[in-house]
Amino acid sequence: MAEERRQKLCSVILPTESMKAMAESVGVGSLQEESCLALSEEVSYRIKEIAQDALKFMHHGKRRKLTTGDIDHALKLKNVEPLYGFQSQEFIPFRFASGGGRELHFYEEKEVDLSDIINTPLPRVPLDVSLKVPKEQQKTDSTEPLKAVKPGQEEEGSIQTKGQGANSAEVKGKEKMRMKPRSTHELSVEQQLYYKEITEACVGSCEAKRAEALQSIATDPGLYQMLPRFSTFISEGVRVNVVQNNLALLIYLMRMVKALMDNPTLYLEKYLHELIPAVVTCIVSKQLCLRPDVDNHWALRDFAARLMAQSCKTFSTTTNNIQSRITKTFTKSLLDDKTQWTTRYGCIAGLAELGHDVIKTLIIPRLSVEGARIKAVMDGPVVSNIDKIGADHVQSLLLKHCACVVAKTRPLPDMVDQYKADYGYLGTMLCSHVVKARAQAAFQAQTVNRTTLTITQPRPTLSMSQSGLSASSGSRTPSIIKVPSSLTLMSTRPGTPTQPSPPATKYIVMATSAGAASTQQVITLSSSQSGSSVTSTVPSTPTSLQPLVKLESGTTGAVSGPRPLQKYIVVSLPSSSSSLENKGSGVIPSSTSPISMESAVKLERSESPAANTQSPH
Amino acid sequence: MAAVQDGPMELDAEKEAKPEILSDGTSNLSGNTASGTLSSSPLTAAPAGGAPKMEDQQTLIAVLQFLKRNKLSESVEILRREAGLGEHQEGSQATDGSGGGKGDGDGGDANSLLSRVSITSAAAPQSMPVKKDQPDVSVVLSAYSQQGDPPLYQVYYSGLKNFIESVLDCHRAELSQLFYPLFVHMYLELVYNNHETEAKAFFDKFSGDQECYYQDDLHILCGLTKKEHLKGNEVLLDFRTSRFVLHISRDSYQLLKRHLQERHNNQIWNIIQEHLYIDIFDGMPRSKSQIDSMSGSLAGEAKREVNKAKVFYGLLKEPEIEVPLDDEDDEAENEEGKPKKKKTKKDSLGSKSKKQDPNAPQQNRIPLPELKDSDKLDKIMYMKESTKRIRLGPENLPSICFYTFLNAFQGLTAVDFTDDSSLLAGGFADSTVRVWSVTPKKLRKVKSAGELNVIEKESDDVLERIMDEKTASESKILHGHSGPVYGVSFSPDRNYLLSSSEDGTVRLWSLQTFTCLVGYKGHNYPVWDTHFSPFGYYFVSGGHDRVARLWATDHYQPLRIFAGHLADVTCTRFHPNSNYVATGSTDRTVRLWDVLNANCVRILTGHKGPIHSLAFSPNGKFLASGSTDGRVLLWDIGHGLMIGELKGHTDTIYALKFSRDGEILASGSMDNTVRLWDSMKAFDEVETDDFTATTGHIHLPDNSQELLLGMYHSKSTPVTHLHFTRRNLLLAAGAYNSQ
Repeated sequence: MAEERRQKLCSVILPTESMKAMAESVGVGSLQEESCLALSEEVSYRIKEIAQDALKFMHHGKRRKLTTGDIDHALKLKNVEPLYGFQSQEFIPFRFASGGGRELHFYEEKEVDLSDIINTPLPRVPLDVSLKVPKEQQKTDSTEPLKAVKPGQEEEGSIQTKGQGANSAEVKGKEKMRMKPRSTHELSVEQQLYYKEITEACVGSCEAKRAEALQSIATDPGLYQMLPRFSTFISEGVRVNVVQNNLALLIYLMRMVKALMDNPTLYLEKYLHELIPAVVTCIVSKQLCLRPDVDNHWALRDFAARLMAQSCKTFSTTTNNIQSRITKTFTKSLLDDKTQWTTRYGCIAGLAELGHDVIKTLIIPRLSVEGARIKAVMDGPVVSNIDKIGADHVQSLLLKHCACVVAKTRPLPDMVDQYKADYGYLGTMLCSHVVKARAQAAFQAQTVNRTTLTITQPRPTLSMSQSGLSASSGSRTPSIIKVPSSLTLMSTRPGTPTQPSPPATKYIVMATSAGAASTQQVITLSSSQSGSSVTSTVPSTPTSLQPLVKLESGTTGAVSGPRPLQKYIVVSLPSSSSSLENKGSGVIPSSTSPISMESAVKLERSESPAANTQSPH
Repeated sequence: MAAVQDGPMELDAEKEAKPEILSDGTSNLSGNTASGTLSSSPLTAAPAGGAPKMEDQQTLIAVLQFLKRNKLSESVEILRREAGLGEHQEGSQATDGSGGGKGDGDGGDANSLLSRVSITSAAAPQSMPVKKDQPDVSVVLSAYSQQGDPPLYQVYYSGLKNFIESVLDCHRAELSQLFYPLFVHMYLELVYNNHETEAKAFFDKFSGDQECYYQDDLHILCGLTKKEHLKGNEVLLDFRTSRFVLHISRDSYQLLKRHLQERHNNQIWNIIQEHLYIDIFDGMPRSKSQIDSMSGSLAGEAKREVNKAKVFYGLLKEPEIEVPLDDEDDEAENEEGKPKKKKTKKDSLGSKSKKQDPNAPQQNRIPLPELKDSDKLDKIMYMKESTKRIRLGPENLPSICFYTFLNAFQGLTAVDFTDDSSLLAGGFADSTVRVWSVTPKKLRKVKSAGELNVIEKESDDVLERIMDEKTASESKILHGHSGPVYGVSFSPDRNYLLSSSEDGTVRLWSLQTFTCLVGYKGHNYPVWDTHFSPFGYYFVSGGHDRVARLWATDHYQPLRIFAGHLADVTCTRFHPNSNYVATGSTDRTVRLWDVLNANCVRILTGHKGPIHSLAFSPNGKFLASGSTDGRVLLWDIGHGLMIGELKGHTDTIYALKFSRDGEILASGSMDNTVRLWDSMKAFDEVETDDFTATTGHIHLPDNSQELLLGMYHSKSTPVTHLHFTRRNLLLAAGAYNSQ
């Protein structure tokens, strides 16, 4: 066999056709057959010679594969200019083609558009050479051998296995460093099914299913494994649907965010980088729906703004500075003259939800400017209907939010002329709103003053005494969701802190829940506004079509009088901490049964003593 | 050992050494009877006779040959004198064999001697360098040789083949050695004389008969089909300029001679005379396995006399180093007992250093650099480490720690560790050399000259202060070469690093400043390997130009040039006593050179492929070599004998290393394995009685499997380098190959 191969090798020379083709390529037209033959023999010999030299370089390069570099070096050895541009690392660049009775191997030369090369991003820089040693290396200094391997004088096979066994650590060591162990977060089949069902229901057409799904997200304690997926689902969903102006889906996705935030077992902080951009998009995007003049995308902006405010309150820390960053973002586009009405509305809504202080410092000074802008649209020549609607909405939004703040900060009397001087175009309307707000506040203070909340200790060890009973209808189980009848929880609470608290203090009211397993948290956000008829939606209250739990709170500043702003955040904690005693809740005027403790979670934003209707979104 | 042809041989050898000085050769001949006048003719007669009437001359020569064949020597003389014809022409025709041979009878001894001498003088032009200078002669040769002789080559060859196959078994193996060189030379003659088709037919018919280990050369030969190709072909040059050496017993040789004379097979006889060197010995013919173990090199076996020179393989006396008393040691509490302890400990360590080894060279045979204080400190460290050394053996194998180069993309070409295993250097195909610190100690540069001026030189920690903390890193890259780096070697004091590259230079790098200090130019071709002397200062390099060079770091020109290899010098190693250098080559031989006088003192044949790794045993007595054929051969340097063959690897062996005590030999290969061999056992079993020592006939036990102690696979990492730490932990290095 070796003989055959050798013989074959001996006879291999390039065909004369190749010589002809090469001659033609350099411009020699007619080449004699004899010269072709002589040439091909000569060329074949030289090629073999070069290949043999190139092999030398391969051996010294400690490789098994001959590279073009080796051939270059072999040529250099012979004092021949190397062939440039044949740096193919991995494959043989020659292609085969046949036709016209001829078989041909050719080197494919593609025409490359230079701009393509320029425009393509640079490939990743290949990793630098690195040296890796197994961990055992650390112990080199120890006098004991690391692994004493003693393959006896058995037959080959056993030596091999022993050798491999002993060496497996070595090999493993190598593998280890090569691949960083990656803990996989694989979902079980059930979880995958659940995830699929939930996401489908959340964005599906059936409202009942959606409500159930949202309820499940808001309450299920075992979702943390799926959280990354939900988070990605939402952020991707928003990204896609903003482009497609699919208002409904955006609303559904925001409701999912809300539900996730409501779930006490989920810790969203790690996923804010995905969620916040999605939410902010829903607040300030220029266009959220296909027909901006008809569709109520304003509600979505309001809702998202409220979500934003909530996450700011929950997650903003000194390190991540969410609130200040968000505020900056909103302010920046608010100050921009070119900002469209839709975005402007979103910015104002987003800022307004952040609290009275923000309104006072950032919005009220802008009132006259915004007023002039609105006036330009209202009174000026009709540019477009959309602008007009936008201006209208911005106007009512400004009035709504500013009125109560102004009512609290501005001393009486409310003179229209004064207002006009201070706030420009909006002054007149603002004045009437403020008057209304004051009247409402006074009314509330008189009528509704039944709950007393005594906070015996401020944070951090916070306990409170309860003067009233929480109301809850039906069972006291964690399954308030399943309670068929709807419940309206009207807690009008005048906060009576035992210590004089400065304005705009936050109180966190903790409720320890007895039912350890399923601590449920239903955060109802009631933003009451005197005189304003704007309905704020709180979709978190889950399940069936109508909300089951409505917690409406109107706080009267009975004791504190015109105290500007108080926030009560009621959070539920697991019952383990005995130091926390919770007895406090609100007395609900309209319903009789008290809310069970384990379900007592409220986030109240009581601004003015006004009943507030909530409707599902 | 009657050198039948010793006289002419020496002459020939001289001639070949200096083919250009023909007059020298002829003057040597003048001592021969009656031929002095004639022999001077080659230079003058060739143009004179060759120019005027070509045809007449050819006819004359033919007649002369006819007369000679029929042993009409007197007529020959007369005719020649009358025709005024130079003998060389006739001879050269005979060389070519186209004349059908000449009567080289037992008769005219002087005549035959003379003719042979003149043949060589004519053959000299035939060899490459001077061929072009004699166009007339070659024309004559080719014209004459087209008389239908070429086909007879096959007849001759098969005739010899039949004869050898028919002789007694004991002779057959020995005579079979003739096949390959005869085949090569006959083929080359055919090619040279432009008998292309005959050459091809000849090659096709007989190439399959050759031993498998000549495959590589046959591959090259089969490409040679034209006379023009012979120009500049290195392999061919080797064949024409060097004699293929064969060891044949006297009996076998007589048998062969008788046969050739009976058959008048002068063609083959001429080739044997011209191109082969038959080393005849008295005694039993060798067996096939004996022959096979020694053959395989490009130019046959080594002549016996070349391995007769005495080699001082012993180790040099260790310099006396007083271990300082204030040395922090574990037994420091025992103040008065301490010096004594030290003493005894040192004795046990350096027992060989106490009494002078009879085989060791003179301490000052090679001037060695003075020990510096830092060297002494290092020696002390070494001794301390030695006390903690693990005693290895078949029952106690070393642990292996593998340093894997990642992302090297097949670019790792060379690796070296420092003796204390603190640094690792890698040479790469992208022309860079990288140095890693494998201890937590980072690599730091020395501060710049300006900053150094500010340093207080008297302070105790001045050595620490000169280092620039800002430059501390785990690895440093050294740029400077313009081609792949094929060899790296650390100096023993860890201050320098050598690298050899494809660009033909060897570079010396400082490991203090991480800059290139010197580029040693001398090899104009790729330098395949370089190695520092165990005492520093000297280093050796070997490359494609077939020579190894000895350098001193402070000389930009080589101190010695070791020439003799017939092909690339692929690896170079210093003997532990620094007096000798071993080189491995693509010609499949290992040579040992004396540093003192650049003589070749050992030629070790037996490998069947290019040699890529060498390792001396720590006691200096033995040498291990590994080649592309996957075998490790063990050599006894003192006797110049092969003493072991370790089979098992399936690919080129790139790394060989003896453990610190020499009990274990580790070999690393391209086949992704590290194998450990019981070298103690291999050395012990060797029968070095006087007979084998004198004849050089060895019986190799086939015990590779018994000697193999362990085999360790890596997943896909060829082993490029092996190193035993001072405590006998085995370090291996290689680049992960993802394909």
